Amino acid sequence: MKDTILNPNTKTYIYLLIFYIVILSAGFSIKDPYILTIFVFAGLNALSALGLSLLMGLAGQISLGHNGFYGLGAYLSAILSVYYKVPVLLSIVIAVTFTSLFAILLAIPALRLKGHYLAVATLGFGEIIYLLLNEWGPGGPSGFGDIPRLYLGAIELSSPLHFHLFVWTLFAVAFFFSLNLANSTYGKVLRALHASETALRTLGINIVSLKVKIFILSAFLTALSGAIYAHFVTFVSPATFSVFYSVLLLMMVMLGGIHSLWGAPIGALFITFLPETLRPFKEYDILIYGLILTLGLIFFRKGIIHLLEVGAKRWLPFLK
Amino acid sequence: MELFLQFLFSGITVGAIYALIALGFNIVYNATSILNLAQGEFLVFGGLLMWYFLEKLNLPYGFSFLLALGATGFVGLLMERFTIRPLQKTADPLLLILITIAFSILLRGILMFLFGKDPYGYRPIDEGPPLIIFGAILQRQVLWILLFVVLTLIFLYLFFNCTMIGRAMKACSVDKTSASLMGINTSQMVMLSFFLSGIFAGLAGILITPITFIEYDKGPLLTIKGFTSAILGGLGSNWGVMAGGFLLGILESLIAGYVHSGLKDALALLLMLIMLLFRPAGLFQSAEQARLRKL
Repeated sequence: MKDTILNPNTKTYIYLLIFYIVILSAGFSIKDPYILTIFVFAGLNALSALGLSLLMGLAGQISLGHNGFYGLGAYLSAILSVYYKVPVLLSIVIAVTFTSLFAILLAIPALRLKGHYLAVATLGFGEIIYLLLNEWGPGGPSGFGDIPRLYLGAIELSSPLHFHLFVWTLFAVAFFFSLNLANSTYGKVLRALHASETALRTLGINIVSLKVKIFILSAFLTALSGAIYAHFVTFVSPATFSVFYSVLLLMMVMLGGIHSLWGAPIGALFITFLPETLRPFKEYDILIYGLILTLGLIFFRKGIIHLLEVGAKRWLPFLK
Repeated sequence: MELFLQFLFSGITVGAIYALIALGFNIVYNATSILNLAQGEFLVFGGLLMWYFLEKLNLPYGFSFLLALGATGFVGLLMERFTIRPLQKTADPLLLILITIAFSILLRGILMFLFGKDPYGYRPIDEGPPLIIFGAILQRQVLWILLFVVLTLIFLYLFFNCTMIGRAMKACSVDKTSASLMGINTSQMVMLSFFLSGIFAGLAGILITPITFIEYDKGPLLTIKGFTSAILGGLGSNWGVMAGGFLLGILESLIAGYVHSGLKDALALLLMLIMLLFRPAGLFQSAEQARLRKL
């Protein structure tokens, strides 16, 4: 009896372990630093997308302002380490903490809004951050560089491989906790939030506080990813943090599969590697993104993860 | 005084454009409770298409005008048919928001594919010298824009009050179920609303391009501005959202003139956030009225 209850959970943890090992061994076996760099970006995107997936898939709230959190995390950490000589690890911690606190300020009023209103409110927030970075960020629209790289203890993360290991390990840890969260009572309440707010309210559950908490967690993960981005690329400019980043995250979550947290890493890998395979059409990336997203939403709503599940059930019957 | 008038004129110009976008928002919102976030792309589409007809094909001005207008309306129609309609059955608000965003990106991609990244402009309707009023310069195109806004207002009034189809649309926005029980084809009304919103956004694009020039990626900011106007005026009322558009345009222009031009967009967005958070029903209607409109 106990076994059947634990079963789905242990299974996802095993999948996570397998996924982690596969990704790491991919990192060790790929010698091309360019492809490894893309893997690092995929990892960063996966971390951000995980944040958005928690908010959208689990709690059913929408955000088009995650580029704001990404940008705040990156810029704050970069500014602290470049201009105030704060050690990198500490600057990341401060930047992420500050951004999360900032998210509270936005979340408390914004999450009283629903649907389209929330979408546009967050869109406005992201755009404000983008405009302010252009206006007041060091270097203005062209950004600034020479951001110190990340140190872990005495080890400088200098090669893409180091970053690859670091970012995906971080992702695995975040994912582990997210899975825990999704399976906890909290997670179940959040999923219920997706289904019916009225029902939850009649059960005496404080919906606003719940939404605010998940929003902060979501912003936290995205800010973390942004801060690491700054110390990986060692250069930031506002263009990276435009609303288009939010749209990319949205695509990752939707195409990966919104109903499962697994959609985030799968979608992030897919979307991050997509431009590389579409090299000849690089000029028309917006058109291709638009097509994929539109057609995906109309015909392919369950996402890649659903395909994988169906495929696994058919070809790997022992997994059942 | 001159300076103030100058700011006021440019505010009214942008305001008229915002008003037309906001009007498109509102018409679709009334019919479907969807905020069509592709509204700004409709505008760009109208402007660029007008350029194509006028400068590339050398068609007469009036004919290009009508053609561009019709084409933009048609895009609205296509959007409703192929993206909104299939998803409306799922009734998942998240999906409906996402699809309008997805379509806006698709449209932006198509625009870039067709026209590239360069800004485009063409000659204004009236090429006479600008007017000088108390020392402030007023372009003739602005007067045309205002004329078209007035025509739009008259059209709206006549359409929604004196024609059967307009009244049917109004009925749909008040209560869809009862409207369909009265024999109104609600799905056609939804289609019509997208057509109209396309036309109004296209009109805005055609009118503003000679003044500001336009390129493929102007859409998103215009969408947000149009939405801000709609929120200022209070979604639900056509007159309200148009007033909101003018208000926002003038406010922005004054901020740009007297405070800091780089901050005008950020401040406009901040205004939208504040309105959304504290007075989502808009300036001109009470929360009670908004609730009656099923906000």
